[in-house]
Amino acid sequence: MADREGREIVLKGIAAAPGICIGKAYLVYREGVNVIRRYHITEAELEDEKRRFKTAVKKSTEELRGIIEEIPEDFREHAAILETHVALLRDKMLYGKVIEQIEGEKINAEWALRRVSADLKAMFGKMADPYFRERSADIVHVSDRIMRNLSGKEQVSIKAIDKRVILVATDLSPAETSQIQLERIKGFVTEGGGMTSHTGIIARTLQIPAVLGISNATDLIRNDEIIVLDGTDGTLIVNPSDYTLVEYEERKGRYERRKAMITRASQLAAATKDGVAVQVMGNIELPEEVFQVRDHGGNGIGLYRTEFQYMGRSGFPGEDDLFDKYRDVVEIMAPDPVTIRTLDINGDKAASYAGAFDEANPAMGLRAIRYCLTRPDIFKTQIRAILRAAAFGNVRILFPMISSLSELLEAKKMMCQAADSLAEEGKSFRADIETGIMIEVPSAVIIADILAQEADFFSIGTNDLIQYSLAIDRGNRYVSHLYQPLHPAVLRMIQRVTEAAGKEGIRVSMCGEMAGDPAYIPVLLGMGITELSMTPQAIPAVKNAIRSLDMRETAVFAEKILCKTTGKEADAFLKEVYGHIAEQTWLG
Amino acid sequence: MNDRSDPLSRDVEIINKLGLHARSASRIAQIAQKAKSDVQIIRNREAVDAKSIIDMLTLACAKGTNITVRVNSDTDLEVLNEIVSLVEGGFGE
Repeated sequence: MADREGREIVLKGIAAAPGICIGKAYLVYREGVNVIRRYHITEAELEDEKRRFKTAVKKSTEELRGIIEEIPEDFREHAAILETHVALLRDKMLYGKVIEQIEGEKINAEWALRRVSADLKAMFGKMADPYFRERSADIVHVSDRIMRNLSGKEQVSIKAIDKRVILVATDLSPAETSQIQLERIKGFVTEGGGMTSHTGIIARTLQIPAVLGISNATDLIRNDEIIVLDGTDGTLIVNPSDYTLVEYEERKGRYERRKAMITRASQLAAATKDGVAVQVMGNIELPEEVFQVRDHGGNGIGLYRTEFQYMGRSGFPGEDDLFDKYRDVVEIMAPDPVTIRTLDINGDKAASYAGAFDEANPAMGLRAIRYCLTRPDIFKTQIRAILRAAAFGNVRILFPMISSLSELLEAKKMMCQAADSLAEEGKSFRADIETGIMIEVPSAVIIADILAQEADFFSIGTNDLIQYSLAIDRGNRYVSHLYQPLHPAVLRMIQRVTEAAGKEGIRVSMCGEMAGDPAYIPVLLGMGITELSMTPQAIPAVKNAIRSLDMRETAVFAEKILCKTTGKEADAFLKEVYGHIAEQTWLG
Repeated sequence: MNDRSDPLSRDVEIINKLGLHARSASRIAQIAQKAKSDVQIIRNREAVDAKSIIDMLTLACAKGTNITVRVNSDTDLEVLNEIVSLVEGGFGE
């Protein structure tokens, strides 16, 4: 980065969340520790400096002991790792060496620690055996903890950003994103990550522009430097010229005016031209996102993903913890429905403490309802929290990944047991809530008629359903072009589900990405789906699309598109008849 | 064998599946810390401090590695025996 003085640099990354922002860069290093100062200490200060280090180690030990105590019996494995960390805190090679450095070099404790841990990291990094090579991660964890305590509380973590900035990081873990004070963040730039990475999802949901996958961002960008970010097309400009700044200020204004126009119309009801009311709801992950849903005109939560509360922590969350999070959302949304999906971990969001299952193919492994049924303790804790929250509003419960009737029956049985135990304890709760299942596995589509007799509603998860039906991993760039939402097989499956539900008189909603894309709304309405749930900021555009459609016309259209023999043909037909709908979105 | 010529050291083979990894090393360190003298783990003439997990990890001992455990004073023979039986027992894994 030495010889780039004065030159404007334009970089292209992944356009993960739309919007334009101009602001100061704030660099976050993986360690979560921002800047480490180096200074010399005098002979007289030596004892104090050593004591400062020892106190930080002592505090770290206490913190770890505290975490270990909270780990339930079942997670001895994880406790053992932390016990090792406790031992590492006092290890000669770390503790002893830092004291030696402070004494010998007369440098401050932070710098000594940084030096020693960097040396250790480098030493492990060179080892041939992957297990031993990865031990450098343990060293990093342990020394980070000491560093945090040395430099005083939280000021080194990303929690404490005190101005509006554009966050620049190598990558952000869910735990880190959960720490960020989002109102301080204008935009995100990361080196790693893609559209479906956690940062990408969070950024889209909270409508913060994001450009991800800029491989050398943290080297190129300096702290406090002005950068321009266009998350609509993935542009990042470092060192912008005056001309560029003016141009982007204008673009930003245009974008925001257009967005405001659509948002204003979002509070209008979602009804088709011929008067059919459609329920447009939001998908959320964090409790605070409920406001986004409200602000964008959503009348309910069609999918409340609950995994987030299980991540970035040392053990499973307790019932009261979960109850608080659910109750917040339920109370704010009432009387509109909140659909809480039970835990869907060990797929792509494995919580580290849930036991590391070494699965070659986790998408088809022990995840979601399968995992929960093997862990009644964890499952019932969540169900109890949901039933208790149900006393405060309109709650629906949704089981993910159902592939057979027996799974649904077993889950319902556990629900009854959870209700019984709550009744015994005299807790306030509601047990007669609507119980639905995700339709995302092809087998569930085939037996939809059977499942419809036991479920109160279906929620079609298009992302997984398409992936499992077409055997396409969307993250795999060699086959991702084969991922076609309008593939005849997908359309027939949706139709089969709506028919089976219609016969039993139960509701069908859709909560996959397809539901949030205005272009597909004619197809979905045409097949009789009148409940849609999507990422909150897609709500205004979808409502807009609904208002411009005629339900009867879409039904005729749906019959025709179901006759198309390839996904390509169906796509072309949709464009031909309803192409103008797709153009109404400001998202693209 | 070493233990004939030197009563303060004994040879032992690492038999547990994971080898001398972080957790087993931390159990050795726990015992070694009770010793008044230095305790060493020696592999191919490279000696490390058995009171330091990190030092032991640098030996990268996989399953099947032969190591020598050594104390520097006969007052610590009990520590020596304890470590050897821990390793021989595969760390109870």
